[in-house]
Amino acid sequence: MNEILKMAFGSLGVNKLRSFLTMSGITIGVFSVIGVMTAVSALRGSIETGLSFLGSNMFQFSRFPAFGVNGNSEHKYLARRRVSLDQAQRYIEFMRGSADVICLKAFANGNPLVQASYGNHKTTKGVTFGGTNQYFLKANQFEIGTGRNFSPEDVDLVRPFALIGQEIVDKLFPSENPLGKLLKANDRTYTVIGVFASKGTMFGGSEDNIIMIPISRFLMDFGAEQYSVNIATESPSQTQYNATMEKGITAMRVVRGLRPEQDNDFEIYSNDTLIAAFAKVADVVSSGAFVISAIALLAAGVGIMNIMLVSVTERTKEIGVRKAVGARKIVILTQFLVESVVLSVTGGLVGILLGTVAGDGLAAVLSAEIVFPWGWAAAGVVVCTAIGVVFGMYPAWKAASLDPIEALRYE
Amino acid sequence: MSPPAPVETRPVRPVGPLVIAIEGVTKLYQMGEETIHALRGVTLDIRRNEYLAIMGPSGSGKSTLMNMLGCLDTPTSGKYEFNGNDVAAMTDDELAEIRNREIGFVFQTFNLLPRSDALRNVELPLIYAGVPSGERHERARLALESVGLGNRIHHKPNELSGGQRQRVAVARALVNRPSIILADEPTGNLDSKTGVEILALFEDLYEAGNTLIVVTHEEAVARHARRVIRLHDGLIESDGHVY
Repeated sequence: MNEILKMAFGSLGVNKLRSFLTMSGITIGVFSVIGVMTAVSALRGSIETGLSFLGSNMFQFSRFPAFGVNGNSEHKYLARRRVSLDQAQRYIEFMRGSADVICLKAFANGNPLVQASYGNHKTTKGVTFGGTNQYFLKANQFEIGTGRNFSPEDVDLVRPFALIGQEIVDKLFPSENPLGKLLKANDRTYTVIGVFASKGTMFGGSEDNIIMIPISRFLMDFGAEQYSVNIATESPSQTQYNATMEKGITAMRVVRGLRPEQDNDFEIYSNDTLIAAFAKVADVVSSGAFVISAIALLAAGVGIMNIMLVSVTERTKEIGVRKAVGARKIVILTQFLVESVVLSVTGGLVGILLGTVAGDGLAAVLSAEIVFPWGWAAAGVVVCTAIGVVFGMYPAWKAASLDPIEALRYE
Repeated sequence: MSPPAPVETRPVRPVGPLVIAIEGVTKLYQMGEETIHALRGVTLDIRRNEYLAIMGPSGSGKSTLMNMLGCLDTPTSGKYEFNGNDVAAMTDDELAEIRNREIGFVFQTFNLLPRSDALRNVELPLIYAGVPSGERHERARLALESVGLGNRIHHKPNELSGGQRQRVAVARALVNRPSIILADEPTGNLDSKTGVEILALFEDLYEAGNTLIVVTHEEAVARHARRVIRLHDGLIESDGHVY
């Protein structure tokens, strides 16, 4: 067996370029599935080990689902009425006593992109820009670095105030204290009253590139008819979570004016539903990668078969010599089978390596934990071995069945 | 080629027990519509330590007989016993085993594996015989020394001259201590000086007690043998010490 392996590596070494090209097909197939699986499991791992989309004990109502596999364009969602500020405020009234921490928020939808400026300083286009109330900090785990938070009056009186992230400070106020300064955002002017403490990045996006203004002001300046308010409610404790959510749903149905037989015309999400929604997206991405890989590997397998058939023909004489000096059928068969398995497994190992590096690279960019997908790697090796055997079998059998006299005579 | 000494003055070694016993062997080939009678009933005994030449024009059945003797092919009818074993009824794998243990081939075109060095080429039959690597290296090295290539064991075929390549092939044929060495036009691809060297090597092998069968169409080569068989049209025309 040792000798057969030696022979296989020897003959693959002769046609280095050809072996490399044949292997690269397998490498690509394995790379794509391992890369995606690594990234997905890294993200999933991070999400399941404590990352929260929402603050703890929070649930949120909004018009659209958080992650849509088909986008948010489905008719069912588009037909829903917006959640207006008025409805949101009535909801807050209903919930008084059951839940006091209720964050309202709406974000600019990117049409047009928001760009802020101060004097000659400008931010890039596409700053995260939205309206909220004093509970934004709690609901989204932000803290005030300097200055103050919004007060209820800021919202009630529709004040043109702004809380800004560290990145905005760096761009607009590189050498000044931003507090009390007037910044412009899409031709509107806001007074900076506070700066968020820096949070770093999450899922590849900076959370410091942000400007928040009172929700009432946001809807006034950006068009109340365009925006729907998201309502995030914090239950006072874990034990009251379900009861609070039940009460919240009832309150929402009341403010939305739904009759008992009507379905909810809003989405409810909690950390659990968000994780489940992410898992669903991850599953779709994974199965997509899986199908693509399967096709790529099938094509690569055909490539291996092709190259092995060429190899058998080229080495007819060698096979004749080996048979003349006493190689039995099974030995020739094994030799060629080992060659094709070595080809596909080597290609597969390279693919696993590259895929892991790429997947973890992506995971690192998204600040997720680095993982090594042992299960997928093992499956990759098994699948590559199977490809080598299945697609190498016919050429190997052909080699083993050559008539030694014919083979020796072959030129 | 230089004329060999007259046969009477050359030593003829006493022959040993029967190695090959062929009786009434025929071989038919179907070529489309036509049936070709390559052998029409050949009867032949070969004993240990003979030096035999098989001659004949092309189409005489010479190659077919050689393939049969080399256990690369089986007869259509007739009896073929190799060391008392019935070869005619053997499977491909059994034939492979006979070739591995009992027969050493020397080909006109050397047929060495181009990417393997001399030692590795000579080791090949031992690999298939399952000889462990230590013993294998040693035996292959000794075989190469015995054909005068002890200092070339790590040369690849393309780093060796034609004569040296044929010596490697002879070493490969010898290494498993076969019952017969079967050479097919062993000097056909060599210049005459090198051809004489190879024939001298064959003479040494014969002196050392090996059994040699040389298939050739060159009288000058056949003249070195102690016994010459002439084939014509699938039958043995003459058998004996012609010179």
